[in-house]
Amino acid sequence: MLGRTLREVSAALKQGQITPTELCQKCLSLIKKTKFLNAYITVSEEVALKQAEESEKRYKNGQSLGDLDGIPIAVKDNFSTSGIETTCASNMLKGYIPPYNATVVQKLLDQGALLMGKTNLDEFAMGSGSTDGVFGPVKNPWSYSKQYREKRKQNPHSENEDSDWLITGGSSGGSAAAVSAFTCYAALGSDTGGSTRNPAAHCGLVGFKPSYGLVSRHGLIPLVNSMDVPGILTRCVDDAAIVLGALAGPDPRDSTTVHDPINKPFMLPSLADVSKLCIGIPKEYLVPELSSEVQSLWSKAADLFESEGAKVIEVSLPHTSYSIVCYHVLCTSEVASNMARFDGLQYGHRCDIDVSTEAMYAATRREGFNDVVRGRILSGNFFLLKENYENYFVKAQKVRRLIANDFINAFNSGVDVLLTPTTLSEAVPYLEFIKEDNRTRSAQDDIFTQAVNMAGLPAVSIPVALSNQGLPIGLQFIGRAFCDQQLLTVAKWFEKQVQFPVIQLQELMDDCSAVLENEKLASVSLKQ
Amino acid sequence: MWSRLVWLGLRAPLGGRQGFTSKADPQGSGRITAEVIEHLERLALVDFGSREAVARLEKAIAFADRLRAVDTDGVEPMESVLEDRCLYLRSDNVVEGNCADELLQNSHRVVEEYFVAPPGTCCPEWFNR
Repeated sequence: MLGRTLREVSAALKQGQITPTELCQKCLSLIKKTKFLNAYITVSEEVALKQAEESEKRYKNGQSLGDLDGIPIAVKDNFSTSGIETTCASNMLKGYIPPYNATVVQKLLDQGALLMGKTNLDEFAMGSGSTDGVFGPVKNPWSYSKQYREKRKQNPHSENEDSDWLITGGSSGGSAAAVSAFTCYAALGSDTGGSTRNPAAHCGLVGFKPSYGLVSRHGLIPLVNSMDVPGILTRCVDDAAIVLGALAGPDPRDSTTVHDPINKPFMLPSLADVSKLCIGIPKEYLVPELSSEVQSLWSKAADLFESEGAKVIEVSLPHTSYSIVCYHVLCTSEVASNMARFDGLQYGHRCDIDVSTEAMYAATRREGFNDVVRGRILSGNFFLLKENYENYFVKAQKVRRLIANDFINAFNSGVDVLLTPTTLSEAVPYLEFIKEDNRTRSAQDDIFTQAVNMAGLPAVSIPVALSNQGLPIGLQFIGRAFCDQQLLTVAKWFEKQVQFPVIQLQELMDDCSAVLENEKLASVSLKQ
Repeated sequence: MWSRLVWLGLRAPLGGRQGFTSKADPQGSGRITAEVIEHLERLALVDFGSREAVARLEKAIAFADRLRAVDTDGVEPMESVLEDRCLYLRSDNVVEGNCADELLQNSHRVVEEYFVAPPGTCCPEWFNR
């Protein structure tokens, strides 16, 4: 049951094959078993069980709220949840209990979803590995998959099995690990520079970033106001569309949401006429650092579309090489501003110093923030200094327009959807990842994803195939602004063609009742 | 010019730190003088904490300097991707609020309905240098 799609489980709930409470308990038990992944910061067991109880009553009375009623979901810990600790994986907000729900959380709860818990992330969503939060790094479930371990056995490693575990990618790594390990059916992430798509690619999931303005940011603790978007992580495109259907729409509490009528609900047509499509391949995305495996899959994907009659053309996004630099300047500048609210006075951590207001603020912030956050605040403040403002911040804003225009030009040339890699390679081991600092890693890992945030476009990462090491590789589709439905339709077709394998985590699922899809559980022991 | 200060340990507790060397880093632009450091720390109310942090900032600036190569003549800065749309204004009616108690709950120091801050705003010893 835990391996099913959202729609299948919803049908099972409606037919009474399983109750919300049973489902909830299964997920809670699996969360406990997978605690070593460190995907969750807070597990809201009592809340979830209570919600399950209420959902059960509704199903008994034939009054289910919809496809999400009774479905376990997880939420990244930078979304405010009323009565449940929200930390952003930072000392600054340890113990902080918001008095309200983020709009997206509220919408999910209004649909009857069960909140399993708050997931781990990089501190304040700054990072591309989910390794820099105060609660420790998140481990990629694929480190423990049969697919990866079997490949590893072929290459002898003298180290202890667990010391070579892989990162999930970030910063929504906890959400990705939670969905990938079957502890929930969908999870909310946030996406500012690729923070939903990056871990999705590394964990073999669908990671969807909606158009900026489609989904409310109210309650999402902001990083970069002009680029942040709540993201959706699921195991298939259809599930992502269901969740998007619940979340999309204007919010009077978020003035950056758009009030145009949107085609709701997001019912995706199951057969797209591929021959009418035009796929664009941005040539500047073929960088030397791209792994040969990813490049080969990218090429095969393009061929696949072509073989089905679609037009596949090369396009140019000339300012691509500057987009990561531009992102870096704009991001740190907005961060410098957004982090100014954390002063210890109204909420969050407060130091013991009482000498003066500024001393109190300074000490609070020193104790509350880690090096990464402080580094970005300082960089941002540098770029915003009077003498630097024009040359850095305003310059970056101008380059942003050029980058956004690049995309507009590409789409105006008849392209419906762009196809690019999501990441440079598959997930790397943690010990490898930490050899470089956060800023360097982010600059490397966000290379294909952040331009989309600057242009405010919708994008989705789809898992395509396993690498030679048995690890997931994803590809990214980018759509026109507010054409999220079209984007997901193309993605759904593609997903069906590639048939990405299910992760085999038998050691965790020794419970006979957990059948993954139609697969019978292998009774083979994987112990060495 | 700027005096040489000695950095005494990475994680010195507040009050024990005395400053740090800020020689021009060969990789960086050398623009991060002691004055700039002090100015940034004052504005950000966040301290560098170590020489490595200064070096990281210099690298970040060098990275950002790449933007100079882009020709942006005649290009308007872009503040928001939704710049072509009208801002939606809701009607000016009070629909919620009156939640002072809830908001005060999250503060460490509260007196009646006030958040309590330490006295004064400016103090030369605020970083205990």
